[in-house]
Amino acid sequence: MADHAVFTPGMKKTHTILVPDMLPIHFGFITDVLRQYGYKLELLTSSARSVVDEGLKNVHNDTCYPALLVIGQFMDALKSGKYDPDRVALMISQTGGGCRASNYIHLLRKAIAKDYPQIPVLSLNFSGLEKGSGFKITPPMLRKMLYAVLYGDMIMSLYNQCRPYEVNAGESLEVRDECCGIIRKCLADGSFSKTERYYDILLDRFSGIERTHEKKPKVGIVGEIYVKYSPLANNHLEDYLISEGCEPVVPSFLDFCMYCAVNNVNDSTIYGTRTKTTPLFKAGYDIIYRKERQMIETMKKHGGFEPPHDFEELRGYADKYIHQGVKMGEGWLIPAEMAALAEHGTENIICTQPFGCLPNHIVAKGMTRVIRSAYPNANITAIDYDPGATRVNQENRIKLMLANARKA
Amino acid sequence: MSEIYSLGVDVGSTTVKTVIINEKKEIIYSKYERHFSKVKESVSSQLREIAEKYPGQSFHLSITGSAGLGLANAAELPFVQEVFGAFIAVKHSYPDADVVVELGGEDAKIIFLTGGTEQRMNGSCAGGTGAFIDQMATLLGITVPEMDELSLRSEKLYPIASRCGVFAKSDIQPLLNQGANREDVAASIFQAVVDQTVSGLAQGRRIKGKVLFLGGPLSFLKGLRRAFVKTLGLSDDEAIFPDTAPCFMAYGCALYAMENSGVFTIDDAISRISGAVMNDDIITGTRLFTTQEEYDEFVKRHNSCDAVRVDINSYSGDAYLGIDAGSTTTKLALITPDGGLLYNYYTSNKGRPLDVITDQLGKIYDIIGDRIKIRSSAVTGYGEDLIKAGIGVDFGIVETVAHYRAAALFCPDVDFIIDIGGQDIKCFKIKNHAIDSIMLNEACSSGCGSFIQTFAQAMGYDIAEFSRLGLFAEKPVDLGSRCTVFMNSSVKQAQKDGATVEDISAGLSSSIIKNAIYKVIRARSAQSLGDNIVVQGGTFLNDAVLRSFEQELGKNVTRPAIAGLMGAFGAALYAKENSTGESSLISPEALKNFSYSSKQTHCRGCGSNCSLTIMTFGDGHKFISGNRCEKGAGLIRKNDIPCMFEYKYQHLLEITKEKPKSPIARVGIPLVLGFYEQLPFWHRLFTDLGMEVVISDESTRKTYFNGQHTIPSDTVCYPAKLSHGHIVDLLGKNVDFIFYPCESYNIDEGQSDNHYNCPVVAYYPELLKANVPELTDENFLHPYMDINLERHCVEVLSDVLKKYGFTKKQLKNAFASAHAALDKWRSDIITEGERTIKIAREKKIPIIVLAGRPYHIDPEINHGIHKLMTSLGLAVITEDSVSQYADTPKLRVLNQWTYHSRLYRAAKYVTTQPDMQLVQLVSFGCGIDAITTDEVRSILEEGGKLYTQLKIDEISNLGAAKIRMRSLVAAMADKRS
Repeated sequence: MADHAVFTPGMKKTHTILVPDMLPIHFGFITDVLRQYGYKLELLTSSARSVVDEGLKNVHNDTCYPALLVIGQFMDALKSGKYDPDRVALMISQTGGGCRASNYIHLLRKAIAKDYPQIPVLSLNFSGLEKGSGFKITPPMLRKMLYAVLYGDMIMSLYNQCRPYEVNAGESLEVRDECCGIIRKCLADGSFSKTERYYDILLDRFSGIERTHEKKPKVGIVGEIYVKYSPLANNHLEDYLISEGCEPVVPSFLDFCMYCAVNNVNDSTIYGTRTKTTPLFKAGYDIIYRKERQMIETMKKHGGFEPPHDFEELRGYADKYIHQGVKMGEGWLIPAEMAALAEHGTENIICTQPFGCLPNHIVAKGMTRVIRSAYPNANITAIDYDPGATRVNQENRIKLMLANARKA
Repeated sequence: MSEIYSLGVDVGSTTVKTVIINEKKEIIYSKYERHFSKVKESVSSQLREIAEKYPGQSFHLSITGSAGLGLANAAELPFVQEVFGAFIAVKHSYPDADVVVELGGEDAKIIFLTGGTEQRMNGSCAGGTGAFIDQMATLLGITVPEMDELSLRSEKLYPIASRCGVFAKSDIQPLLNQGANREDVAASIFQAVVDQTVSGLAQGRRIKGKVLFLGGPLSFLKGLRRAFVKTLGLSDDEAIFPDTAPCFMAYGCALYAMENSGVFTIDDAISRISGAVMNDDIITGTRLFTTQEEYDEFVKRHNSCDAVRVDINSYSGDAYLGIDAGSTTTKLALITPDGGLLYNYYTSNKGRPLDVITDQLGKIYDIIGDRIKIRSSAVTGYGEDLIKAGIGVDFGIVETVAHYRAAALFCPDVDFIIDIGGQDIKCFKIKNHAIDSIMLNEACSSGCGSFIQTFAQAMGYDIAEFSRLGLFAEKPVDLGSRCTVFMNSSVKQAQKDGATVEDISAGLSSSIIKNAIYKVIRARSAQSLGDNIVVQGGTFLNDAVLRSFEQELGKNVTRPAIAGLMGAFGAALYAKENSTGESSLISPEALKNFSYSSKQTHCRGCGSNCSLTIMTFGDGHKFISGNRCEKGAGLIRKNDIPCMFEYKYQHLLEITKEKPKSPIARVGIPLVLGFYEQLPFWHRLFTDLGMEVVISDESTRKTYFNGQHTIPSDTVCYPAKLSHGHIVDLLGKNVDFIFYPCESYNIDEGQSDNHYNCPVVAYYPELLKANVPELTDENFLHPYMDINLERHCVEVLSDVLKKYGFTKKQLKNAFASAHAALDKWRSDIITEGERTIKIAREKKIPIIVLAGRPYHIDPEINHGIHKLMTSLGLAVITEDSVSQYADTPKLRVLNQWTYHSRLYRAAKYVTTQPDMQLVQLVSFGCGIDAITTDEVRSILEEGGKLYTQLKIDEISNLGAAKIRMRSLVAAMADKRS
C-alpha cells in the first residue's frame, strides 16, 4: 500500500541514516546509542544559507519554520553529492499530535518524491505511527536513549550555568567537551548502575571551573521544541544571550519527552479512555520521572548548581493556568515552564516560536497575560522565527527585554 | 568649558535624530533628518555639524534606535534600546503619564507605565507604520502632508485591514479604483494605523488615562492624531503631544548617556562612526551581469520581440481600443485590424483611473479626428466596471483572458504566462490553447511591483534609475522571499551591514522573482513551468527583474517590449475579435462634456450593509460599486441561482430559536468556530435539560472591534479573533453562564487517520478565559469533552452542571437526543445539497463546491463570497454537503483533522462530476491549510479539475476574489468548448 520507499531490515547494513540535529549534545549521544545497535547514522549540522533556500523551494512557504529547516537540511545534504541516494535513509521525528508537526514526515516524502523516490524515510516516534518499518526501537535502546537525554540535559544545564561566569574564557566549553567524551564512553559501556556517580563526575568537573560572582540577568528560553533548542533555528540564541551578559536558562529536553508520555496518560483520565498503550506510557512515565528525581536529588546534594524543574511540579504550575488537556504542539508545557521559571527567579523569559505556530497562539501569547498577573515582574517576550524574520528585528526585541531586565 | 553635555543619537529606520542636553537636562540642541538609508554617512554628518557648533566639546554619548544597534556595536559606542530610552525620558518629563504610544518609521511601540509597567513592540509581521503611511501616500500619488490635509476633510471611514501594509493596500486600491473620495480614503488609512496599534499592540490591555504620543508620524500628522484621540476616547488633557516628540527618543538617549555613558570627545565619536566597520556577513546572490556586452546582448534579444508600430498620424481606417485599468497603473492600447499598435499609454492612475482615461481618450480623439474610426473597445482590470459604465466601453473582460490573447500573439505556443504588475502576480498555464490553471498571489505576498517603486522613492531614486543600479551590482544581497514587510526589514539589515544601494536593488529584484516562483507558483523546478514562457506586466520591464527570473529558471523567456501593456493590448485584440462594427464608446462630443460626482452610502438590501460608492455621471446615469451582490447595484436578480450558503446559515440560526417553556437557566453560547457545526448538538442538549440557549449576535465588523482589545495574538485567524467580540456580547446578555467546551477531538466520521480539531478550534476557550478579564470559573464553563464518548460526556456534564442536580439518566437522554439533532443537521445539509444540485442541473448551471470549514458560513468571515459566485452565474454548495459521496482518496499527508478530511473527500467527489468545480476558502493564518491546499490541489488536478483558492481575512473587499472567480469561469468555458 505504501507508495514510498520502506526501510527494510536489510538496509540497516547498507544505508546511512541522516538525522537532523536539534540539540547538539543530546542528539550526539542519541545517535551514538543507535550506532551501537548497528545503524549507521550521520547527524546533519549544516547551517548554510542553502538549507533555508532548499526549504523554501521544497516546502509550502506557509508551513512552519522547523519543517522548512529540517527538510531544507535534508535536501541540501542530498544535493551536496556527499551521499549515495541508493544507500541513504532519512530519519525524522513524529509526535502524532493534532499539530501540523505530525505531518513533517509526509512533507518530507513529498519533497523527495520526485528526485529521490528510492530513499526511505524513517519515523522516530513512540506513538505507534508508521508501523512495519525495518527500524525498531527496542526497550534496551529506549533505556539507553533515556540516559542519553538525562546526561545531555545535565551537561546542557551545567554548561549554561558556568559559561557566562567563567573567569578563563573557553574553559566551560573545554569541560563540556570533556564531559561529553566521558558520557559517550559510559553510554557505550552500557552500565547504568553508577548513574549517580557519573552525575557527580559531571558536577565535579563543572564546579572546577573558576567563576565570577557577578550577578547577571537570567533569561529563560521556552517555546516550540525545535526553535527552542536548535541554534540553526533560533539564530544561536543561547550564545547571543551569553554575549549580551546574560545567563540562559534552558529547560530540560526530558520535560518534553515526559510531556509526550504523560499526555497519553492524561487522555485516559480526561476522556475515560484507556488504550493498550496507556499502562505502558504510565509505566514509562513513572520510570523517567524517578530518573529525573534522581538527577535533581544528586544535584541538590552536590550543591552549587540550580537543578532542572521537577516534572510533577511543572504539572502543578500548568494546572494553575491551563488544562493539561491542551496537548497539541508543546501545549500546556509552555505555560508550565514559564511559570516554573518565574517562580524560581528566572523572570525574563523568551518564548521562541515559528511564525504562525498554531498552538502557540493559545499556549504562549495566549497565556502571557495570566502568568504576568501571577508574577508581575515576569518579563515575557515572544520572538517569531521565520526565514524572512531578520536577526536585527529579533535582537532588537530581545534587547528591549534585557533593558527591562537590567532595570529590575 | 567645565560643563559636560550629553548627546543622544537616535538612528531610526528612516531618520536620524540628535539631541544635546545640559546638566540641567534641558535641550540645547536638536536635529531631525531623514537618512535615506545612508545611515553611517547621515550620523557622521550630523555629528560634524555638532562639532562645528561645539568644537572640541566632550559629551556623554549614547546611541539608540532600530538602525543604531549595529552602528553602535561597530563603533564601540554605548547603546540603549529605544523603548527603554523613551521610558527614561517619559519618567523625567511626564511623570504622570499612564501610557506612551510611539510610532516610528517601522516600529510601533506602547509603554504602559501605571498598573504594572510593560513595554511592547509590534511583532515581525505587523510592520509598517511610518513606512506604511509613506507607502499609502505613494499609492495616492500625493505627499504625506497632503494626505494629512485630505484626511481632515473626510466624511466617512472605510474599513481597511490594519494588520499589515500589504493587506491594507489591497483594501485601498479597489476603493480608489471604484472612485471613493480620497479624503475618506486618507482618513481611513490613519484609522487603520490606529486599529493596528490598538489590536496589535495593546493585546488585552486598554489604553487609557494620560496618553503620551511620540514619534515622527504622530507629531506631524494631525489626521492621525485626531484618529487616535477619537478611537481611544481621550479628552484634551488626557492626550499629550509633546513638541519634542520627533526627538523624544534621542532626548531619552541623552538622559541615559548622562547617567550611564562614558565621555567621548566629538571628534573621537566622529572618527569611531566613520571608521566603523559593519558586519560583512551579508549573504550574497548571483551577479546579474558581469560585463556590458552581456547586458547588451540581453537587451538586444528582448528588444527583438515587439509589436508592429503603425504611425497614428498617417494611418487611416478602423481601430480598436483596449484599456487595462490596473490596480496602480492605467494602460491604453489602440490597434489596427492587423494588430499594429497605433497608440499606447502607460501611467500611474494616482487613484483616479477614470480621469486618467478620459483625459487620454480626449487626446486620442484629437489626433484621430475622422481619419480613424474606433469600431470597438474592451476594458479589463480592477477598474473594469467603473470604466465600462463611465465611458460606455463595449466589453469588460477578465485580465487573465486579456493577457492570454496578447501573449499568444507573440508566442503562439506559449504554455506559461507570468504577469507581475503593481499589486498582483498572475500566472497561468496554458494547455491545448486554453487556460488550464491560474495562480494568483495571496493578499499576503502582494505588493510586488509597487514595492520596488515605493522603496526606490524611499531611497531617493526614481524606479528606472533604481533598477538600473542593480544591473551590475557586485554583491547582490539575499533578502529572502517573504512578504514585502519582511523584505523591508531584510533591506534595513543589509543596509546596516553596509550593503550598497546597487546590491540592494539587485537583491530586491531577485526577491520578487523568488517570491513569485516559490510562493505564488509553488514551482519545484524551472522545468515544471513550461517550455515557452511569456513574461509581462510593468515589473518585467525592469531588466534586473527579468534577468533574475531567467537566472532563477536557467532558461530564456519571451518578454514583449510592450510587457507593461499586454492587458490593454489583449483587450484591444478581444475588442477586435468581438466587434459588431459599431462601438458604444463615448463619443468625442460627449467626452468634452463628461463629468461625474461620487457619493458614499450604505446598501440596505440585506444584513451585510455593504458600503456603496455611487457615481453619477454628467448625463445622469449612475454606477454603484462596493456591493457584493446585484441588489445593491440597483438590479433585480434575473434568475435565482441556487446557493446553499444562506440556507445553512439561516437554518443554524433557526434551530436555536426553540426554547423550553420555563427555562431553569440561560446558557450563553458564542456563535463562533466549531459551534457553526455543533450548535445543533449543544442546543438540543441544553434545551432538553430545560435550559434556554442564548447565542451571541451575528458577527459584524463591530463584533470584531468590540473584542479587539482582548486579542493576544494578532496573527491568529480572523474567525478566532471574532470570538472575542462574541464573548463580550454574551457577557452583556444576562446569561447564567457561557458554555464553550475545549474539544481536542471532533466527530469521528471514520474516514481519517484521526479526528482532531485544529489547535485553535480545540483550545480557543482557554485563550478567551485567560484574556477576557470578565470571565471567571463560574460564568465561563469550558470543560474538556470528546462528544464521541457518551459515558465521559455524561460524567463531565454532571460535574460542571452539578448545581442543577441532573441525574445521569437525564444527561444520558439529553446526550442521545443531542446526537440525533446533530445527525439531523448533517442530513439536512446533505438534503439541501442534493436539492441545490438538482435545481442547478435542471437549469444547466455549473456548480461550485465552496469548500472551507463550517464557520466559513459566517457572513463576516466569508464576506459574501457566495453571492459573488451566484452573481457570476455559479451555483454554490458546501463541502459538507458532498463529502459523504466519496471515500478518502489516497493522500500523501496525515489525514487527522475532521473538517479538513472533508475537503479531501469533497475534492475527490468533484473530480467525478463534470459540471462541478471546487473552490477552497482559506482563512489567512490557517497553518493547517498550508498542508491541505497542496493536497486538495493535487486531488483536483489529477482528476482534471481546476484548483482555485481564495484567501480571506478581515478584508472585506472582494476585488481579488472576483478576478479569480471570473478567470475560473472563463477557464471553465474554455474547457467546455
